[in-house]
Amino acid sequence: MRATCCAPRVRNAASLFRRLIESAAGISTRRLLQSAGVRFAVIYAVLLSASAAALALFLWWSTAGLLDRQTEASIQADAQSLAERFAAGQVAALIVTIEERLAQNVEDDAIYLLVDRTGRSLAGNLQHWPQGAVENGAWYELPIERAGARSLAVVEAFTLPGGFRLLIGRDVQVRAQLRTLLTDALLWALLVVLVMATAGALVVRSLFRRALANVSDTAIAIAGGNFTQRVRLTGRGDEFDQLAETINDMLNRMARLMEGVREVSNAIAHDLRTPITRARARLEDAAEHAGSAAELRSAIERAITDLDDIVAVFQALLRIAEIEAGSRRAAFATVDVAPIIADAAELYEAVAEEKGVALLVEGPDHLPSYGDRELIQQAVVNLLDNAVKFSRPGSTVRLSAKAIQHGVEISVADQGPGIPEADRERVTERFFRGETARHTPGSGLGLALVQAVAQLHGGSLRLIDTAPGVTGILTLAGHEELAARA
Amino acid sequence: MRILVVEDDKDVGAFVVRGLKEAGHVVELADNGRDGLFLAASEAFDAVILDRMLPGGIDGIRLLETLRGQKNTVPVLILSALADVDERVRGLKAGGDDYLTKPFAFAELLARVEALARRGKGEGPVTKLVVEDLELDLLSRQVKRAGQKVDLQPREFRLLEYLMRHAGQVVTRTMLLEGVWDYHFDPQTNVIDVHVSRLRQKVDKPFPKPLIHTVRNAGYMLRPESA
Repeated sequence: MRATCCAPRVRNAASLFRRLIESAAGISTRRLLQSAGVRFAVIYAVLLSASAAALALFLWWSTAGLLDRQTEASIQADAQSLAERFAAGQVAALIVTIEERLAQNVEDDAIYLLVDRTGRSLAGNLQHWPQGAVENGAWYELPIERAGARSLAVVEAFTLPGGFRLLIGRDVQVRAQLRTLLTDALLWALLVVLVMATAGALVVRSLFRRALANVSDTAIAIAGGNFTQRVRLTGRGDEFDQLAETINDMLNRMARLMEGVREVSNAIAHDLRTPITRARARLEDAAEHAGSAAELRSAIERAITDLDDIVAVFQALLRIAEIEAGSRRAAFATVDVAPIIADAAELYEAVAEEKGVALLVEGPDHLPSYGDRELIQQAVVNLLDNAVKFSRPGSTVRLSAKAIQHGVEISVADQGPGIPEADRERVTERFFRGETARHTPGSGLGLALVQAVAQLHGGSLRLIDTAPGVTGILTLAGHEELAARA
Repeated sequence: MRILVVEDDKDVGAFVVRGLKEAGHVVELADNGRDGLFLAASEAFDAVILDRMLPGGIDGIRLLETLRGQKNTVPVLILSALADVDERVRGLKAGGDDYLTKPFAFAELLARVEALARRGKGEGPVTKLVVEDLELDLLSRQVKRAGQKVDLQPREFRLLEYLMRHAGQVVTRTMLLEGVWDYHFDPQTNVIDVHVSRLRQKVDKPFPKPLIHTVRNAGYMLRPESA
């Protein structure tokens, strides 16, 4: 009966143990200790055991310990008052007092024994003086025999003047039993705690593993080439979710950068091929067909111009890539945007006037911002360049700058042909040139650079249809804003 | 002028040397850093054109730092394929006086190296620039031509000042953008030409002999008619 009831439990424990051994054997001890999951589990188990042990110690001290101390205190109080009696009325008074006390002792736990020089009992409830209790003022825990029953007592022995000896004590049999009970209970409790700590540690480890597995699965998938994989969110908004969100943000940014790189290489492959083909054709044609030295020279010069254009496009591409890489943020400093606006306006005012375009500038005298002065310059110049380029004679270009919440806003409004709705999203792509721009010189990289500068400065580039024409709005985030986002 | 070219690419080196010689300069060519440093340290040059990536253990930056460490103040133009802003800053910090990125137009290189060599001569602070009958007073900020006052906008004044400081030398559009506008990039539209043509309207147009000349495929030059 007993065997059948306990067998499954034993087998379960055994199989658990075997599994533990097997899993431990699977990984070497070293690696086991290196595993953060195991470390956290061990820390959890040790902390739990330590706090349980501390609790048990305190419990012991405040129960069993307290009882012991109470016993000692009451014996000492007895001794004190009996000593006073003895001083007042010698042995006779002592005998009377002891008998009174025994009579009054309801709990029947008091032990007294007064003997004379020969060892004869004068008063008290013990048959004879226990062996070994010889020293004056010493404590003993002894087995005693009282009213025919064996028991356990804590006693203090005193030697009185005239050869009398006095024993004061308490029967602690019940308390000793209680103490044993408490010790057993605490030991069992500790065992339970150990088991729970182990189980808890395993749970902690598996939770830890599960939380990491989510991230590590994604990392493995991405390492394996699946760039669309993202870390799953549990939706609890806890630290793991925050980590997952941060990782996903990072992955999205990386994906965008990679997309950018892919776009650039496609663009280079496609858009640089055209001018290179042209230059090559010109040179080959000149080599084959040029009739005179002058003809040859002019063909070579035009080819050089073509090559210079290619170089310019190339440099613009590299610059955009450099900006997008974000390394220039290290050189950010406080910049006054107002003179940048004024300088750009001054630079283009002459061109605009020549074209019959009015250039209006408005803005404060000082407009502090934070960033790379040269890049902001270039972004403003690119916007202005575009606006003037696409303006019809007699129209107006407005360049303005103002402080906004958390930064600066620079806007350039023209009254040109505008950008069709369908193209507006794409004009900031590299090499994109709208239908209306086909017959205007340009590389199709100007707005892509402005966009990159805006992003580097934690801002944005928006193109708004303000018929007639279009308004480009470039925002730059301020220092605090950038710092807060970093 | 005596110019040292330190360049390991044979084609580029030969091209630069030939061009400089044609422009009337005496040129030495070193095709590695060690020879370059030896020549630069032991002989007197008016300017050095220095490539950054050089064979022979000593690269352009090391060469330049060693040279500057020896208190050698020869003007150095760094010519490099490293075009990032950081690289440019590193080159200038090491003691370079100008930085030109490859690929480059020879006219740009010549104009810059001649400007550098001239600057190296250093005539001390000037308060007045004079070319023929054109006078520019840096203190009163007034311009006179043939005794007549010419009214210029502040930027036009600086443009003219730059041209006059480099009188007799070719000044490229990029040099003007850097020197007058402090723009270290090229705007797409050719804005400089418009500014120069406005300046011409005021400085040259009312007078019989033009001083500001366009140099084909290169830039501008302010010079007396006779030169």
